[in-house]
This record gives sequence, structure tokens and C-alpha cells, in this order.
Amino acid sequence: MSNKVKSDEHSSAHGHGGRHPRLVHHFDSMEQQNEAGNFGMWWFLLTEIMFFGGMFTAYTVYRHMYFDAFAAASGALDIRWGAFNTVVLITSSLTMALGVYHAQMGNNKKLTMFLLLTVLLGGVFLGVKYIEYSAKFTEHIFPAASNFQWPPYEKPVAGHAETQQLADPVFTGHVKIYFFLYFVLTGFHATHMIIGMGILLVLAWQSWKGKFSKEYHSYIELFGLYWHFVDIVWIFLFPLLYLVDRHL
Amino acid sequence: MKSAISQQRFNRDGEPQTYLNNGHGLRSWFLTKDHKRIAMLYLVSVAFFFAVGGIYALLIRINLLAPNGLFESDTYNRIFTTHGIIMVFFFLVPAVPAVLGNFLLPIMIGAKDLAFPKINLLSWYLYIFGAAFTVIAVIAGGVDTGWTFYTPYSSTYSNSNVLLAGVGIFIVGFSSILTGLNFIVTVHTMRAPGLTWFRLPLFVWANYATSLVIMLSTPVLAITVSLLAIERVAHVGIFDPAIGGDPVLFQHMFWFYSHPAVYIMVLPAMGVISELIANMSKKNVFGYKLVAMSSLAIGVFGFLVWGHHLFVSTQSVYLGIIFSFLSFAVAIPSAIKVFNWTATLFKGSISYDAPMLYGLGFIGLFLIGGMTGLFVAAVGLDVHLTDTYFVIAHFHYVMVGGSLMGFLGGMHLWWPKMTGRMYPEAWARAAMVIQFVGFNLTFFPQFILGYLGMPRRYATYPPEFQVLHIFSTAGATILAIGMAITICYLIWSLKKGQRATPNPWGAAGLEWMTTSPPPTENFYETPVVTWEAYDFTVVRPEDVTGMAAE
Ligand SMILES: [Cu+2]
Repeated sequence: MSNKVKSDEHSSAHGHGGRHPRLVHHFDSMEQQNEAGNFGMWWFLLTEIMFFGGMFTAYTVYRHMYFDAFAAASGALDIRWGAFNTVVLITSSLTMALGVYHAQMGNNKKLTMFLLLTVLLGGVFLGVKYIEYSAKFTEHIFPAASNFQWPPYEKPVAGHAETQQLADPVFTGHVKIYFFLYFVLTGFHATHMIIGMGILLVLAWQSWKGKFSKEYHSYIELFGLYWHFVDIVWIFLFPLLYLVDRHL
Repeated sequence: MKSAISQQRFNRDGEPQTYLNNGHGLRSWFLTKDHKRIAMLYLVSVAFFFAVGGIYALLIRINLLAPNGLFESDTYNRIFTTHGIIMVFFFLVPAVPAVLGNFLLPIMIGAKDLAFPKINLLSWYLYIFGAAFTVIAVIAGGVDTGWTFYTPYSSTYSNSNVLLAGVGIFIVGFSSILTGLNFIVTVHTMRAPGLTWFRLPLFVWANYATSLVIMLSTPVLAITVSLLAIERVAHVGIFDPAIGGDPVLFQHMFWFYSHPAVYIMVLPAMGVISELIANMSKKNVFGYKLVAMSSLAIGVFGFLVWGHHLFVSTQSVYLGIIFSFLSFAVAIPSAIKVFNWTATLFKGSISYDAPMLYGLGFIGLFLIGGMTGLFVAAVGLDVHLTDTYFVIAHFHYVMVGGSLMGFLGGMHLWWPKMTGRMYPEAWARAAMVIQFVGFNLTFFPQFILGYLGMPRRYATYPPEFQVLHIFSTAGATILAIGMAITICYLIWSLKKGQRATPNPWGAAGLEWMTTSPPPTENFYETPVVTWEAYDFTVVRPEDVTGMAAE
């Protein structure tokens, strides 16, 4: 019976001499190691979809229930900043993709440059977000503040002139739900950006030190997937939050 | 591949090389990347929390000895909440996957480790970190909302440590996500040559399906708890009816995780039972493919039935009917498993060693748990049974009679593999019988109590319920004694147990083709699999007896 099992000559023939120095002990080949990393990243992103999905579900429920309030509240956001940030993030996806390209070419210098450029664009995005967030405080539409009011303090709201006049507490409550969701959604998105930028800085430093090569750059590719995912979340957030019932 | 016994290598002191003696001291354990050592870390921590949760269960039962209760109602609320939180999140969810799955999954597929060993270690630290928050919440005065954290108990009207406990559960959720991620990637990318999907042991299938469920459901719990936590801190949120929020949305989101979580708790135990039944009756599992696929089917259906927890909370009647129908449908794959296990026993050479006793216990108790699940899945009957002891009895038959029996059965089957020592068989059989009697005495009266209208989570009750409550408390005491016996002889066997041969049960599976306990790299040669699952003709007699053939 025991001869039913043959020794795996294939893996033992390689020995340790032929192994890539970055191949960890429990994998047989670089392909297997990269495949595992790639597969794991896609599954991780799936959990992220479920995480944001919970918030998007809540958004959908309340938008359906309180559409007028959502439309009015959305008018208090500055569409120009939102559009600007959308362009910034799409550009950062481009720089990230170029970084991955240069990683595949084994060009550490160019890779470092594009990673840093991506960090920079991420920083611009967060800077704009800071400007937008602080406006909510001065306009008294930060939902957790005791001075919350609707319509906003000294701020005309785009469209919906008729609803601006409503100082109805029920309507104001619904507007509060919109702003709660606005801060939670953009807040979790921004948290993902900040974590991503931290990782980007580490990767840029490693690439500056020449860690990556044509054979070994899977971390860059995996991180690229994450960064594109975070961008895509924003592509959903922008219309859902800024463009509720807006017309040209 | 030679027999395991002839492969045994020895270290400089002449001891057999095992994962246990490869490195000594705390550092070699707390910084280990070996899946087997991480499984042992999990075993110790999970056992600790099981004991803590068990003590809280006994406190519940002590309170209910007298109609007026022995504790203040507020104290009682905190006791049953702590029992629920600890047992669900810190015992039932991680028990089988993080201990047995962690230890066995790589060995069963002929791999040297899980795909991401560092992430595996991280997941244990996250578990401990999350547990620390929860323990602090308990020490700081506890939580009084019930383990379900329903709003507005947990938001507007909360006067306990919801935030701390919520943070703990958020963190421990990531721990199980990382375990699930590791399992899925490992099964996809690291199977030994020749080990095709339909040659995988059913335990691997069950853990694979569980991992899918973990990865798709746990993030929803994470965001639900986050939204609740933000509502607690900021005093504004989407579950607050004062501003038009809907507290029932919380229930929907919570059960979108927590119903699938029931399958996270019971599917891996079902995988254990498949191994027990096959190996203890020396037969291939009847309808192997159907049993494998039923795990996936349970995983998928499990996502579509959460509304059966909301039959009486503002959900529309039509939605209720749909959820009721789907809940009936999920019984089909569960029934397939039960029928196939019993069919496997037919004409098998059945051993009545402790693992098999647990296996048979599981089938009987899970049958009762599952069938009573149909009672509460029927909308009309559920209006009467919602939030009564009937529900408590139902899910304890599934969780304790199912998951716990499966976990203990698996611990006994693989104890020789994990520790290299046999447990004392007579003690184990006796303990199993004591636990079985104690369990039924605890929970069967609760079906009657619930049917008669005793609501769950009440600290007091009318005097006519006292006899049944006393039965239940007596049963819980017997169950606790049975558990204590098991813990004692397992610890005793670590030093004094008879040394285990590589394959003491004559069982099929790659884990029985390496030494007991296995070496750090699991196999000295990567196995090549040329046989189907549960093929007992490839069992080598010298591995069973431990005597090297000449
Ligand atoms: Cu359920």
C-alpha cells in the first residue's frame, strides 16, 4: 500500500539553492506565492465591499424614505470641490498604475517617483476634504453639534429654494440623517485613504532602497488594487452624496 | 511516501522531532508562525473563555432557582449579556475553525502551513486584543442589552458599557475575517499534487464554506457595530427615531451577520462530524459530493433568511412569508447531511470510542435543534414562541448540542495528533454520557417552559414554572461536572497519557500519514495524493500499531 504515495521529487530537486531569496519557506514557487497574495487581496477587497455595502444600504433606505430632505441637504455641499476631488483621485489612480508599470519593468527610481506622486494627490484630496468639513462646522450643519440647524447658517443652498424656508424639526431631523451618513461615508473613505498613504510612504521608501525587481514586486501590485478600490468607492460617493436631484 | 513511523526524525537529544519541541520558551510560542502552535494558543484562550462563559451560564441558572430571582434584575441583565457575548464571539465562532481548522487544514491538504502565517498570528493577537476590551467592559460593570445589542437599548436608553464591548467585537471580527481569508487562499493555492477538490476531506470543505460566510458577513457586523458606536459617542445616528431613524434597521443589519454566524458556528462542527462518522465506521461518507455541496448550499441560503428574527418587529407580513419559506429551504441541505451521516453508519464497522459517541450525540441533538428550528421558522407559530425559552432551547440544541459536541468530538479524535498522547478512553466515554444527560436535562425543560410562555431574559417568573427551572439548573450543574471531568483528564493526559502512534484510529486522511505530533513542516516529503477521500485501503498498518515493519 505504501508505494501508492510517491515522494515529490519535483520540489525536493530544487533544493534551497534554486529558490528566489524572497520566496518564503512554505511555498513551492514564486508563482504560487504571488497567486496566493493576489487571491488574498481580491478576497480582502470583497470584505471591504461588504463593509461599505452596509453603509450604502443604510443610505439607500433613508434616501428612499426621506428623498426631499436628502435632495435639499445635498444642495448644501459644494459641487465644485467634489468634482475637483474626483479628478484628483482619478489622476492618483493613473499615477498608481504607472507606478505598477515601472515596478514590473524593475525601475525602482520611477516607481518611487510615482508612488510619491500618488501620496501627494492623496494629500490634496484630504486637504480639500478638510476645507469641506470645516465649512460644515461654520454653517452649523455638523450633525453631532448642538448648534445644528436647517437651513444652514448664512449659506444659500443650491436649488430647492422652497425647502430652505422650512424650519420644520421633522425635516431637520431627516437632514441630520443625511449629514450623519455624509460624515460616516466620507469619514471611513478618508480613513482608508490615510491608511493607504501610510503604506504608500513605506513602499516608496523600500523602492528607494531598491527592494523591488522584475521578479519581486507583488506588494506594489497588491497595493495598487487597494488604491483603485478606494478610488472606486469615491466614484460612488460623489454622485450619491453631491448629486442628489441636481439638474444642469 | 514512506510510512509515517519510518519517517520519524530525531533531534540531538534523541527525542522525536515535533512541532512542540522545535523551540522552547515563551518567545517561541508568542512569536510563532507555525499554524499548529497558533492553534494551541487559540485552544488555551478559547478554553478560558468557554470556562468564563460557562460560569456566567451557571449564574443565570442559579438566579432562576427561585421565582423572584436571587440577583437584582439589572445584575441579571448583565449576567446573561456577558454569557451571550463571550460564548458567541469568543468561543463558538472561533472554536472549531481557529483551533481544529488552524491545526488540521494545512496538514489535511498536504501543505507546510497556511498561506499567510504572519496574518494567522496577527489574527490571534486581534482575538486577544478584542477580548481584552470585552473583559474590561465586563469588569467596568458589564453590558445590559443582551448579546444582540438591539437599539434603542444600546443607544438612546443605554446605561452600560456598550461602547467598550462593541469595540471588542469589532476587533475580534477582524480576527475571524483574517482566519477565513487564510483558509480560502490556502485551499485554493496550496493543495498537494493530486489532491483535487473532490478528494478534499469534508472537514476542509466545511471550513472552506465557513470561511466564505465569515468573509461576506463579518464586515457587515463591523459596520453595524461602528454605526452604533458612533451613535453612542456623537449622540446622533441613523437608528435614532427622534430624528426619523429606524431602530429596526439595526436588527436587519445585525441579523444579516448573525444568522450566517449561526452557520459559522455550526458548519465547521458538521465538518468534524463527517470525519468522525467516516473514520469511526471505516466507510467513505455516503454521498460525499452532496455533503460537500450541502456545506456551500447552507452558506448561501444562510444569507437569505435573516428576516426570520423579525417576524414580530414591523417587518411586512409578505416579507415574513418569504423569509419563512427560505428558512424552511435551508433545512434541506442540513437534512441531507444528517441522512448521509446515518446512511454512512449502515453496515460500517462502528467503534464506540468517545469521538464517535460525540458524533452520534451531535446527530441526535442537532436533529432536535434543527427540527425545532422549523417550528420557529413558521410565522404563525413564531408569533407565540418569539422571545420565549423555546427559542433559547432551540438554539442551545444547535449551538451546544451541535457545535460544542462537534468541537469536543473533534478534540478527542485529533487529541493524539495534536499532543502525541492518548486521552483516557473510559473517562472520556463517561464524561460524554454525563454531558449528554446534563445537556438534555438543562434544555429540554426549556422547550416546555417556552411553549407555556416563559419569556427569555426575565429575572423572575410565576411560581408554577419553578419545577422546570429547577430541572434545568440541575441539568446545567451535571453538564458543568461533565465538562470539568473532560478538562481534567485532557490536562492529565498531556503528561501521563499513553504515547500515540501516527494513526491510532486506523483513520484515513493525510493528517494520519505524518507523525503524532507532526513536525514543524508537517511532512518531510510533500505528499502526492492518488486516492479518493476516506479510502481506508491506503491506511498503513505500521502507522496504526506504531511498530515499524521489517
Ligand atoms: Cu436565524
